[in-house]
Amino acid sequence: MLRRGFGAMLALGVGLLGTGLSGGAAQAQGRDLTIVSWGGAYQDAQREVFFRPWQQQGNARLLEETWDGGVGVLRAKIQSGANNWDLVQVESEELLLGCEEGLFEKMDYAAIGGREHYIPEAVSECGVGNILYSFVLAYDRARMADGPRSWADFFDTAKFPGKRGLRRGPKVTLEIALLADGVAPGEVYKLLGTSAGVDRAFRKLDTLKQDIIWWERGSQPPQLLASGEVAMTNAYNGRISAANQNDGRNFGIAWSGNVFTLDSWVIMKGSPNKAAALDFLKFVGQPNVQAGLPPRIPYGVTAKGANANLAPAVLANLPTAPENAEGALQLNDQFWLDNLDKLNQRFNNWVSR
Amino acid sequence: MAQGTNAPLKARLAAAALVAPLLLFLLGVFVLPIGAFLFRAVQEGEVAPVLPRTLAALSAWDGTAPPGEPAFAALVEDLREARARDQQAGGGGIARAAARLNADLPGFRSLLPMTARRVAQPFEGEARAAVLAISEEWGGIAPWGAIRRAGGPVSDFNLLAVLDLKRDATGSLATAPPDEAIFRAILWRTLWMGLLATLICLGVGYPLAWLIATAPPRAVPWLMAGVLLPFWTSLIVRTAAWMVLLQREGVVNAALGALQLTSGPLPLLFNRGAVLLAMVHILLPFMVLPIYASLKSLDWRLPRAAVSLGAAPALAFWRVTLPLSLPGVGAGCLLVFIQALGFYVTPALLGGANDQMLPYFVAFYASRTVNWGMAAALSCLILAAVAVILAVYGRLVGFSRMRAA
Amino acid sequence: MSAGPATPRIPARIAGREAPAAPVPPAAPPPAPPPTPARMRAPLKPGRILLWAFGVLAILFLLAPVLAVLPLSFSAGSFLHYPLPGLSLRWYADFWSSDFWLPALWNSLRVGAAAALLAGVLGTLAAFGLWRWRFPGQAVVMAVLLAPMVVPAIIVAVALLLAFGPLGLTSSFTGLILGHAALGAPFVVVTVLAALQQFDATQLRAAAACGASPVRAFWRVCLPQIAPGVAAGAVFAFATSLDEVAVALFIAGPAQRTLPRQMFSGLNDSISLTIMAAAMVLVLISGLMLLAVTLLRRPR
Repeated sequence: MLRRGFGAMLALGVGLLGTGLSGGAAQAQGRDLTIVSWGGAYQDAQREVFFRPWQQQGNARLLEETWDGGVGVLRAKIQSGANNWDLVQVESEELLLGCEEGLFEKMDYAAIGGREHYIPEAVSECGVGNILYSFVLAYDRARMADGPRSWADFFDTAKFPGKRGLRRGPKVTLEIALLADGVAPGEVYKLLGTSAGVDRAFRKLDTLKQDIIWWERGSQPPQLLASGEVAMTNAYNGRISAANQNDGRNFGIAWSGNVFTLDSWVIMKGSPNKAAALDFLKFVGQPNVQAGLPPRIPYGVTAKGANANLAPAVLANLPTAPENAEGALQLNDQFWLDNLDKLNQRFNNWVSR
Repeated sequence: MAQGTNAPLKARLAAAALVAPLLLFLLGVFVLPIGAFLFRAVQEGEVAPVLPRTLAALSAWDGTAPPGEPAFAALVEDLREARARDQQAGGGGIARAAARLNADLPGFRSLLPMTARRVAQPFEGEARAAVLAISEEWGGIAPWGAIRRAGGPVSDFNLLAVLDLKRDATGSLATAPPDEAIFRAILWRTLWMGLLATLICLGVGYPLAWLIATAPPRAVPWLMAGVLLPFWTSLIVRTAAWMVLLQREGVVNAALGALQLTSGPLPLLFNRGAVLLAMVHILLPFMVLPIYASLKSLDWRLPRAAVSLGAAPALAFWRVTLPLSLPGVGAGCLLVFIQALGFYVTPALLGGANDQMLPYFVAFYASRTVNWGMAAALSCLILAAVAVILAVYGRLVGFSRMRAA
Repeated sequence: MSAGPATPRIPARIAGREAPAAPVPPAAPPPAPPPTPARMRAPLKPGRILLWAFGVLAILFLLAPVLAVLPLSFSAGSFLHYPLPGLSLRWYADFWSSDFWLPALWNSLRVGAAAALLAGVLGTLAAFGLWRWRFPGQAVVMAVLLAPMVVPAIIVAVALLLAFGPLGLTSSFTGLILGHAALGAPFVVVTVLAALQQFDATQLRAAAACGASPVRAFWRVCLPQIAPGVAAGAVFAFATSLDEVAVALFIAGPAQRTLPRQMFSGLNDSISLTIMAAAMVLVLISGLMLLAVTLLRRPR
């Protein structure tokens, strides 16, 4: 009697609980295509140009997620056995590292329009490039009429008082430190390849450390600028232009010494939604679809012919415009492939001290 | 307790049957997962599957001079096999082994995959010469020592690392080099912030609890509501509130500017002061409620008797009331300090890069660098601190005196 | 020290039992005898005034931050400070229409309710067993049952990620509910034990003498009397789930985003006033829970 009573009570509890759980269990099995991008104004633009139109073509539900980079995050996803991402926009060195480590599926170019459909820089073994962008020096013209012109000015807190925003991590930060220290763009990676060069970059950063506010997400720099939390910041060029365009800001960009690179789409290893992911990539690889992005946020796109119908005013804001590309530094993914983990470790120790 | 220790066997079984579901549930989704996670602090599972022959060749090595040709030959064979396996099955074995070794010897992350790439090509002659041609580093003691230390099945590497210690190739202990030694400082920072938060909460909370315990009954519900409303409000909401208040163009700076108290906006966010302020705000009710409970239930005839026997009110408080309310004070301090040690969300949002505490680094190692071993070792450190505090509390106050606060 | 007239006791319904966060050992002695009426008026007037001033300031410190920012959610503009450029509900409209916020609220409520139910059933049974009969090893069992209250959530989160990953329980409501139920269960145990302290065990013996089975006695005699405590415990478990960020951050997938997690990523991303609207929603729910617990604990 005793046992039967408890059994009945437990059964009641489990039954009630089951109603709560059943929906969840069903969803866990057939997970929807999950796309991971970089949040803020950029992902808003992607939603309008890519995500919604793809769904409106009668495709299944699509889930969005936001991240802020780091190959470790991808490693953690795969190695914990709990990966719930399908399609991820990764940075160039993450593409190479993850490909080598088997974190990604090989890219099936036949399913997404063929290799020759994209500009050569965008084609690689595990991913397909989706945007070209620059890390630039940005400031608020509303607060600073005569703004900084170079990374040297960025480190000059006497001439330009106020906090500085930098992306938390060694990549681009070390390049900026050396550029500010008077190193020519062509020499930066040669120097960083030596331990003396790395020491020099950290020494330069030491001079600014107390004034740095570290950001992690691309949406933060415009916010930090808008609120005056920082006087100037390293930022993705598109976010700055988007803030001017959509939020009525008057941010300035100093293109001198900008660091330009390319992001790619990858499909996570073992994704159950590989077919849907490829279908999505095929859709967003069409030149006329891609052409919708730059007017909303000025990043370069990768399908051949996508730029053909863009207005000159839009083209002038892209990192690829000749006057913007002058004096730019191309991010060396090979260098970061070899050194990212080592320098990450040193940087993290340095920054949390 | 309704019945004493000499309850009949049947009753004991019934009690066990009632407690068992929750106990088993917690064992399954709490105790075992945490145990398995903490075990990773000492587990070494990454290197042995990739370099089994190398480890065998190193088993008799004394660690004072670089190993001989057999170790190099074993390394080449191991790496060739592991690389072929990785490319076929995509397990990323070499990358994982390299990550583990890199934690010990910076540079290994690049050295191991690069060596594996190169030795995959056939070569003539001695393995030693071929490997040294790839990188001079293999000619030293350090990489071999790191491989042997990580050969496991278990090692104390991570537990030492979180105390800024490491072993050299011969196995003797040394402090970590200065640019790797950060964890002692972070441990002290965590304990110090917890202590500060506890002391401030005590300083603010005791008078407040006293006020509520002695206020006229009409006022008590209002005072109590003032403590309980924030207590029930989500931690994330309160953290968000502080973010909005302390922003450069937030409520506080705007008000200060409007009152012309400051010449320009103050940098109030992303510093340790902001973290401490929010911690005190969030934890204060945990101090007030237990102290209030113990003041409420203490026998107020005692301090009154002391006063009527001639003690000054202050003396009566110090010698009678305060000691009687100590269980509440102890419970409050315990609750506040233990929770302060586990704070993650608030410092992550309000603090700067060098204001983060141990829990942040647990999350960092788990989600950003896939170093489960370090995440687990840091968790051990936090749990050890919690255990010490509980033990001290048990010794000083005793759990039997603690009641539902 | 003049002995004033005996002042009525502070209403028990708001006595400090609201925070059952401290371990209650089963062997705790019965509650102390009711204190003699506390003297409510101290003789030292200046000291008293000082105490009041300090206390009111402290309460202001507790209340003001949240109360000061919530009205911003009704702003017609997008600034995070006063004065408001005008009043509007645009941020609530944003909350309502976005793809993220309303589903997150719905997820939170679902997960919280299921976790509270699971924790409530298991916790009540366990508390009754602990209270009714003593058995060997009870202190150890108690320590295990209460451990989730002292282990930092971030450790639980990482441990569950690694344990649930291979089982397919990450990115599922089931996993999230199990995790939250584990975190909430100790609160149920503590609250129900406190309720049982007020229950007279002789009633169970009387019921047995009248021929009721133990189960029937529990169901018909004990449970009705401790039901408010059980309900309050379930509310605590619900609140724990509704407040939880770390576990949700680590083991939930994008389809299980909860409201606090959504707020956390929102705060990391860009502070918009929609977050303040979400905060307002959470504060309202918190207020309801406080009200529920206060009513449940009102002595009848």
